[in-house]
Amino acid sequence: MFETIGNGLYGLIAGFTSLHWSNPVMIGLGCLLLYLAIKKDIEPLLLLPIGFGCILVNIPLAGLMEEEGFLKTIYDAGIATELFPLFIFIGIGAMTDFGPLLENPRIFLLGAAGQFGIFLTLALALVLGFSKLDAVAIGVIGACDGPTAIYVSSKYAPHLLSAVSVAAYSYMSLVPIIQPPIMKFLTTEEERKISMGAVKRSVSKTTKILFPLIVTVIGGLIAPKGLPLLGTIMLGNLMRESGVVSRLTKASENEIANIVTLLLGISIGATMDGRNFLTPQTLMVLGLGFIAICLDTVCGVMFGKLLKVLSGGKINPLIGAAGISAYPMAARVAQREGQKYNPKNYLLMHAMGANTGGQVGSVIAAAVMLSVLKGMGII
Amino acid sequence: MDNWTFGITMIVVGMGGTILTMWGLSFLMGLLKKAFPYKKEAEGK
Repeated sequence: MFETIGNGLYGLIAGFTSLHWSNPVMIGLGCLLLYLAIKKDIEPLLLLPIGFGCILVNIPLAGLMEEEGFLKTIYDAGIATELFPLFIFIGIGAMTDFGPLLENPRIFLLGAAGQFGIFLTLALALVLGFSKLDAVAIGVIGACDGPTAIYVSSKYAPHLLSAVSVAAYSYMSLVPIIQPPIMKFLTTEEERKISMGAVKRSVSKTTKILFPLIVTVIGGLIAPKGLPLLGTIMLGNLMRESGVVSRLTKASENEIANIVTLLLGISIGATMDGRNFLTPQTLMVLGLGFIAICLDTVCGVMFGKLLKVLSGGKINPLIGAAGISAYPMAARVAQREGQKYNPKNYLLMHAMGANTGGQVGSVIAAAVMLSVLKGMGII
Repeated sequence: MDNWTFGITMIVVGMGGTILTMWGLSFLMGLLKKAFPYKKEAEGK
């Protein structure tokens, strides 16, 4: 009988005795993510469920990520199938007004330049010894676009999913801190003072409706492997601009996006098991992700300078930094930096154009990358 | 394929492909704006 009681008591302490040294560290990391979300308001919609998922999966013996564990079921249903990021993209498309971008289509090019960090970081990851597909997943952090990073890494480097996702969302929220020093370093005071005037409302509804259709067809033909990404964001935007399915649009940008964000966050957190996450590789991914965002900003601003020259000085190069997908933070940063040097300068709508260009650009860049990989026979 | 060739290909074709695609879309959007100009009265309906 004493043995049975002893076994019963052991059952109560088995969780403690089964702790791996990495589990308490990861529970601490989960608490840090919760702190950032709750106290610092950094991407709370994602960091809160990610942080809690991280805590859950590092409590031993619960088996939440084993077969039939509820987190594994959610992961298999939405991440392994790539459905969650695609549902999020429908919501993003439904929320995004591409009007400021369509007012000045040249700004599309800033959305392309803001993605160059993806490819440069990919090359850097290769130099550091990562495999080709790992380098692709790491490079895509430079898209500054959480769903794209999750889509690509879950498909081609699932073992890096948690590190890539945490890096992507963390650095996106740190854009207001990362970008300004780079913008200041690369531009002169005269350039930062350039006023771009007011954005006129000159885009017809027909143009706004045809835009998602054209992007889907042309982008899909050029980069078919990225069509799920392109198609879903453009479906959301078509619903928005058509104005005839307001119930679907509202559901996409609210209920569907909210539910999927919760499930996406908790299942990403669930991949942060300490035994797999606490590796030198994770630190390298985080470091390379930071470099990717910096390179995006450098390329965006430099391209902005080029457009300034080509336009005869009419374009303020600061809006080039907004050519990334972190919407609308990057546009607000450009506006704030511009106003520091010329209080009468209102760059916001121009920067919003570049920022929405960055949203399209990040998806196009990922789609192009996947199609090039397919063309080379790597995927 | 060695990593060197892969990396250079991704930089050249990836960055080139992205900017060409975005330039093409920018060009098409410019045409679209000309083909369907904004009319205040029509938009109000």
